[in-house]
Amino acid sequence: MKRLLPYPSLTLVLWLTWLLLNGFSVGHALLGLILAVVLPLGTRPFWPQVPLVRDRMGLLRFVLRVAKDILLANLAVALKVLGPVKDLQPGFVEVPLDLRDSFAITVLTSTVSLTPGTVSADVSEDRTRLLVHALHVEDPQALVAEIKQRYEGPIKEIFEC
Amino acid sequence: MNVLIEWLVAIFVVVGGIFALIGSIGLARLPDFYTRLHGPTKATTLGVGGTIIASLLFFSWQERGLQLHEVLITLFLFITAPVSAHMLAKAAMHRDLKRMKGTRGEPWKQ
Repeated sequence: MKRLLPYPSLTLVLWLTWLLLNGFSVGHALLGLILAVVLPLGTRPFWPQVPLVRDRMGLLRFVLRVAKDILLANLAVALKVLGPVKDLQPGFVEVPLDLRDSFAITVLTSTVSLTPGTVSADVSEDRTRLLVHALHVEDPQALVAEIKQRYEGPIKEIFEC
Repeated sequence: MNVLIEWLVAIFVVVGGIFALIGSIGLARLPDFYTRLHGPTKATTLGVGGTIIASLLFFSWQERGLQLHEVLITLFLFITAPVSAHMLAKAAMHRDLKRMKGTRGEPWKQ
C-alpha cells in the first residue's frame, strides 16, 4: 500500500481537483483516480521530504490570520501606491531564519510575498537568511520582528521542525 | 434575481476591479523594478479574490448548486504568484537593476 500510494493526501487532493475541474461522473471518477495514483508515483523523485502537519488547528488559525493580513495590507499598500511617490521608503531587509526545513521556508517566503507590501527576493544558499524587499519600510527592525513573530513562529509550530 | 445576491455580486466585482486597477496604476507609476513588483502581487490577491467571490456567488445562485471552480483558481494563483514574483526579484538582482533613490539595504550578490 505504501509503495502504491507514497503520498495519500496528494492522491486525494489530485483526485478531488480532477473531479472539481471536470464534474462528477463515474467515468471521470475512475480516470481521476488512475491519474491521482500514477502522477505521484511518476513525480516521486522530485518531491522533497514534506514535514508532517502537527497542529491542524494551528494551520487553520494561520490561514485565517494571513487572509486578514492580506486584506489589511492591501488597503495600506493601495494608499501608498496612490500617494506621492517620493514619500516612499523602499528597502531590502534581511530576516534571519530559524526554520531549517526547505518546505517550511517555502511556505514562509510565499506568505511574505502574498501579503502586499513585501516580496521575498532571495534565500541565502545556506538557508539561514531571507532577503525581503518592502515597498515602504520605516523601521527595518520592526518589520523583521513582525515577520518572525507573526509568520515564522506559527509555521515552526505547525510543522515539526 | 434575488436583490441581495445581486448587490453582493456587484460589490465584490467593483471592489475586485478597483484593486486590480490600483495594482496596474502601481505598475505604471512606481519608479523602479523592485517597487513595481508590488503592484501585481496585490492585484492577484484582493483584485482576483473579489472577482472570484463574485463569480462564485453568481454561478452558485444561477445554477442552484455550489460552484467550486473558483476555489481551484484561487488555490493555483496562491501557489504560483509568489513563485513568479520571487523569480522576477532574483533575476532583477542578478542583472543588478537600478534601484530607486533612497532605497535602504543592499540586494545580495550571489
